Amino acid sequence: MTTLAHNNVEHHHGAGDHVHVDYPERPIEYQTQDGALKILGFWVFLATDLILFACLFATFIVLRTHTDGGPTGKELFDVPIFTAETLILLTSSFTGGLATFEMHRGHRNRVIGWLIITALLGLSFVGLEVNEFVHMAMEGATMQRSAFLSAFFTLVGTHGCHVSLGILWMTGIIIQLFQRGITPITARKVYIVNMYWHFLDVVWVFLFTIVYLMGVM
Amino acid sequence: MNTVPHWGIFITEPMILGSDVMIVLTSVAIVFALTKFKKWGWLWREWLTTVDHKKIGIMYMIAALLMLFRGGVDAELMRTQLALPNLSFLDAEHYDEIFTTHGTIMILFMAMPFVFALFNIVVPLQIGARDVAFPYLNAISFWLFFFGAFLMNISFVIGGSPDAGWTSYPPLSELGFSNGPGQNYYLLALQISGIGSIATGINFLVTILKMRAPGMTLWRMPLFTWSVLATSILILFAFPALTIALALLLLDRTLGTHFFTMLHGGNPMMFINLFWIWGHPEVYIVILPAFGVFSEVISTFSRKATFGYGSMVFALVAISIVGFLTWVHHFFTMGAGADVNTFFAIATMVIAIPTGVKVFNWLFTMYRGRIRMTLPMMWAVAFIPCFAIGGATGVMLAVAPADYQYHNSYFLIAHFHQVLIGGTVFGMIAGMYYWWPKMFGFLLDERLGKWAFWFFNIGFYVCFLPQYALGLMGMTRRIYTYPAGLGWTVPNFISTIGAYLMGIGFLFIVWQVIYSVKYGERDVTGDPWDGRTLEWSLPSPAPHYNFATIPTIEGRDAWWMAKQGQLDKNAFLPKKSDIKPIHMPKNSGRPFILSICFFIIGIGLVFGVVPFDVIGGLGVAFCMFRRSFEYDTDYYIPVDEVIHTESALGRLQG
Amino acid sequence: MFRRLPAHLGKISAIVAAATVLLTGCSPEYAVLNPVGPVGKTEEHLIILSAILVAIVVIPVLILLAIIVYRYRDKPGNRAPYSPEWVDSKTLEYVWWGIPIIIIAILGAFTAKTTFSLTKPPEANVKPITIQVISLNWKWLFEYPDQKIATVNYCEIPTGVPVQFELTSDAPMNSFWIPQLGGQEYTMPGMAMRLWLQADKPGKYNGYGANFTGAGFAHMNFQAVAVSQSDFNAWVKHVKTSSPVLTKAGYNELKKDGLAKEASYSAYPPGLFNGVVMQNGGQYMYGSQTPSNSNSTKNSSGNMSNMNMDMSNMNMGH
Repeated sequence: MTTLAHNNVEHHHGAGDHVHVDYPERPIEYQTQDGALKILGFWVFLATDLILFACLFATFIVLRTHTDGGPTGKELFDVPIFTAETLILLTSSFTGGLATFEMHRGHRNRVIGWLIITALLGLSFVGLEVNEFVHMAMEGATMQRSAFLSAFFTLVGTHGCHVSLGILWMTGIIIQLFQRGITPITARKVYIVNMYWHFLDVVWVFLFTIVYLMGVM
Repeated sequence: MNTVPHWGIFITEPMILGSDVMIVLTSVAIVFALTKFKKWGWLWREWLTTVDHKKIGIMYMIAALLMLFRGGVDAELMRTQLALPNLSFLDAEHYDEIFTTHGTIMILFMAMPFVFALFNIVVPLQIGARDVAFPYLNAISFWLFFFGAFLMNISFVIGGSPDAGWTSYPPLSELGFSNGPGQNYYLLALQISGIGSIATGINFLVTILKMRAPGMTLWRMPLFTWSVLATSILILFAFPALTIALALLLLDRTLGTHFFTMLHGGNPMMFINLFWIWGHPEVYIVILPAFGVFSEVISTFSRKATFGYGSMVFALVAISIVGFLTWVHHFFTMGAGADVNTFFAIATMVIAIPTGVKVFNWLFTMYRGRIRMTLPMMWAVAFIPCFAIGGATGVMLAVAPADYQYHNSYFLIAHFHQVLIGGTVFGMIAGMYYWWPKMFGFLLDERLGKWAFWFFNIGFYVCFLPQYALGLMGMTRRIYTYPAGLGWTVPNFISTIGAYLMGIGFLFIVWQVIYSVKYGERDVTGDPWDGRTLEWSLPSPAPHYNFATIPTIEGRDAWWMAKQGQLDKNAFLPKKSDIKPIHMPKNSGRPFILSICFFIIGIGLVFGVVPFDVIGGLGVAFCMFRRSFEYDTDYYIPVDEVIHTESALGRLQG
Repeated sequence: MFRRLPAHLGKISAIVAAATVLLTGCSPEYAVLNPVGPVGKTEEHLIILSAILVAIVVIPVLILLAIIVYRYRDKPGNRAPYSPEWVDSKTLEYVWWGIPIIIIAILGAFTAKTTFSLTKPPEANVKPITIQVISLNWKWLFEYPDQKIATVNYCEIPTGVPVQFELTSDAPMNSFWIPQLGGQEYTMPGMAMRLWLQADKPGKYNGYGANFTGAGFAHMNFQAVAVSQSDFNAWVKHVKTSSPVLTKAGYNELKKDGLAKEASYSAYPPGLFNGVVMQNGGQYMYGSQTPSNSNSTKNSSGNMSNMNMDMSNMNMGH
């Protein structure tokens, strides 16, 4: 929660549950000054997260041939599985976008519905990924086997952890929407979690290309 | 085959025991004092739960001074061991631990918090804001730093300090070569405080971009705030690389992966690249804010605006950008091709150009000014020759083929101490003296400050100039002893004397602070230096909400212009009719508790105790969920209270 | 007193100390400034050139600072001009952007030229000798692939002959440095790096491990002994006839953590150097090719990009 830099708005109420609107003319998620700051702050955070992934990608690219005589990507990656993962995640990004769309139209229940679908799609993505990891490990392809596998599990696993965190976060926001409806504060939360979700989708596109497609080629 | 001698063990084991005893006694004393004077509630309400940028800044500064002491003691121990050849004051193991903690603490737990202290204390006041963009996150940043530093410091007494150098190069820092918990301490302490640093970068970038007072365009921003803007961007782009480097090394050590191992396809070079992709920008992260301080101090005490403001801003931006293209100069000698070395050599030299321009602009700020030799100005003036020489040796080091002769020698050690002490430390001390009255409402004693200044400065040259000579004689860094007969004895002995003089200088600063709390001159005007920027228009210390009404800014150095009669001075004082309820964030204990949870995870990972990780992890998750469901996070200060405060300060208009 | 001379004392001590360094620079302890071979001499010339070039900026800064701080001090009756509004001058700014740019351009050109030239043998007309170096915890193993002998913690080299050191490590990375012969190069696991050095004068030159490798690091020094070609030949012959053989088991013993005395061996396990490089990750850099004995034009401080993005296309073999 932030303070006001500009003291040009009337304050008739204490804070607390009451939502104070600074900029009624803006889209709902930007209506409080705090909301606007947090959205910008989150954009900046995503930039740092992108660099974090870039470092992991660089590490993976350096180590992808370092298989130490162990299994290679070509032997391990299962085309139908990672294609399914990709389709599921792309779809979830779309349903997440629909939630934002309905939020701007003020339909609380539809926002909640689309968010639940998004989270469920995310959950099935994580489920597929965990299944994939377990199968690899059972075949002896663990992250201790070679530098390539260390880099693979860390890069893909970091993305998977991000998705899992996103699901938990989204669940929290769904509950808050039930409790409070669409307010400038809950709207900002829906907006930011969607930014995060789309970002993970973008990262996955690179993962899909660099790790999986280039791995099986 | 001999083994490494351990003569020092009888001296150093009591040292650890002594530290244990000291820590226990100090803790007991603190607990006793807090209980006796019934200060627990005060500590919790006013400090541990605060989200006020001014208090967070003060806590950063105290922590930085404590860490300067700790790192300084490490330095004195090392210099004592090296004073003469073949001494056995410290054995190899302890010397290795001490130089590792010295470097790590000085860079990450002294320079960084000192820089963040000034960020916090100054930026909101300088741009006309009531706090930073995310005060709650700011508190998290501080407490993560605090518990990271705590983790680093307890390593000495519990389990053993890291001993692979502050750069922690694998494979030396991998299992097999460093098996104890020390290296884990290093990794987790840096990781935990690093999360806080990234958050600070985000916080101040958004604060400066979005929370400036009306009329304060980017081109009217004080140069210190400009330097913070540039630094924040550097932090955002640099720190994720460190996060990854540390995380992957930790995976190697705890889960048995092979990122940087010698066997199974690992590649140690990858760590070194990631480390320096962060590490080189890091030196600009700690030097740019010092540049900002010097711009403010030199301009104020020359009674003249900074010369070539545009060039100064351009130079800051240029340094931040080119600073990302120089990291390979830390390993010209690791077999990069001549083409790669040439590129990075020239990129490194290019940095000297904007830096040199800044020096000339500072000189010409003083030119045709009226120079007052106050304490902050003394440190700023002392910075120029020190940094000019340090910068010059930096250019010499950038010459790749010459670097083959300097690399890892005492020439390098002398160089980076000259820029980091002459630049960052002088800058932070100048900043501390300059803004001290704004923080505490009194000035630091001038006479004791001058003793500190001369001891520290003369000590500095006595300590580090002989090290250039030692480097040219072939003395390499990180050796705990050296044989006689190489001509190294005399310069080493002189250098040790210099280190002691610097230590005395530091003690004078401590004495000065203690003395001034009681006897220091009180600052009743809020503007003891005849300052130029917005913070000096406020009383010292500034009220909790900083600005009762936010002034509209109509020029660069607007406060100075107002005092010169070029702008309306009353615009900086609140009018009764303009005062409205002030929106402020509520204090929260959660940042403190959250950081303790991170600390518990850290301990769990250092010693491989899984239950600790689970408990800490659940704690972190719980704190974050509670935060998400928290809506009662802010409050309004009523008009009456603001009016009461402002009229008591004698500032209220009409 | 304090108010009058703020910066001066610091500066005076700086200049005095700098002068001391320079004046005593010719004394023999200053190994870097007393090179005995072409590589060290080239680097020394560059060091002196860079010192002069930076002095062109630094000395005027020091002088200007002293004058300005004295002349514009805030003292009653100081008649020096005070122009608080004079804060911009395009001409002056061109000067101090321009001068450093010119200096850096000159220095950059010399840097580029020397960086490339040091990758070639210092003496083109003399057949070079190759010495393979493995850094261990905490000792140096030297192998002479042509003479088939090995030494520990010292090496002999013939004077006037370019020496191609091939460097690797079977322990944490170290750095191989003989200041009087020339600059250093790292010994890194899984890499075979090259360094050209040459001694023109007979003598014993100190060598150092320059990168920290743990507890015994401070004792990881060695001697480079330069002797005439005939003395060198005699020494090789002596080692061949009188020294023991280094076996694979002997190497594994030597590899263990600890210090070692000087030693020499009349033979060593064949392919030891390449085996060490390959085992520690060299296979990913060199593929099936052998890292050592590559052609001698791609040399010295290295032909290996440490970006390591794609090592497989580097032409390391012959």
